[in-house]
Amino acid sequence: MALDQSFVGRTYPPTAPYEVGREKIREFAEAVGDANPAYVDREAAKALGHPDVIAPPTFVFAITFKASGQVVEDPQLGLDYSRVVHGDQKFAYTRPVRAGDRLSVTSTIEAIKSMAGNDILDIRGEVRDESGEHVVTAWTKLVSRAPEEA
Amino acid sequence: MAAKIAYDEVEVGTELPAQSFPVTRATLVRYAGASGDFNPIHWNEKFAVEVGLPDVIAHGMFTMAAAIRVVTDWAGDPAAVVEYGVRFTKPVVVPNDETGALIEVSAKVAAKLDDRRVRVDLTAVSAGQKVLGMSRAVVTLA
Repeated sequence: MALDQSFVGRTYPPTAPYEVGREKIREFAEAVGDANPAYVDREAAKALGHPDVIAPPTFVFAITFKASGQVVEDPQLGLDYSRVVHGDQKFAYTRPVRAGDRLSVTSTIEAIKSMAGNDILDIRGEVRDESGEHVVTAWTKLVSRAPEEA
Repeated sequence: MAAKIAYDEVEVGTELPAQSFPVTRATLVRYAGASGDFNPIHWNEKFAVEVGLPDVIAHGMFTMAAAIRVVTDWAGDPAAVVEYGVRFTKPVVVPNDETGALIEVSAKVAAKLDDRRVRVDLTAVSAGQKVLGMSRAVVTLA
């Protein structure tokens, strides 16, 4: 079933702040097997000009994807999440995410398309720190696959 | 930011050192925990098959995280990456054995931009198939 085009442009309220923990960054870096010292060693991060350890580029997805739950679980939108696959993902950074950040995400529906029975939803998540400064924008394309023919 | 590669030393076509990333079921369980993505298609074979997949598949975001290491290891400072985007074209199928799957990533400088930035195009292949499309990063060099 095609999604309601009138949802395009809808912006959801900012999420409660997510506090980025040093050990969470370490856990994530180890899970992707990334030994870059900037993720775990404060002195190494400082040597690169960062005030504290930074997170790998894709770390923030865990935060923006959770925030996009506001959209995908919006009963009025009516997306069938059981059939959703991740189509595209993009990030644009003003600065890296770092330990101690308290990040809030504002999600906006950028586009809704229907192609061959698939619903395609583009969500933009603007990530800001506690002072309201932009950190990163994440664009997520979700594809809800058409049900198989009976 | 403190990239260790100088803008003036790269050209269009400059290749970054390629890397290969092994992925086993254990890798996926660990990534699920670290990322909070517990979708059973990434750890439950029965569920994966029921929804029409050939087997358990890797998280697309795991592949995305692995692929950018070719760029961050090259640049030195991960913060040199100012943009990064991919399309998930094919799943990385991860069999339940010791070997699992392998993601092979290569990358090259595709364009020199202003402000000492370059565009790097990445290629990620698993089991002979491209698993990422339109995989591009914009990187600020020294």
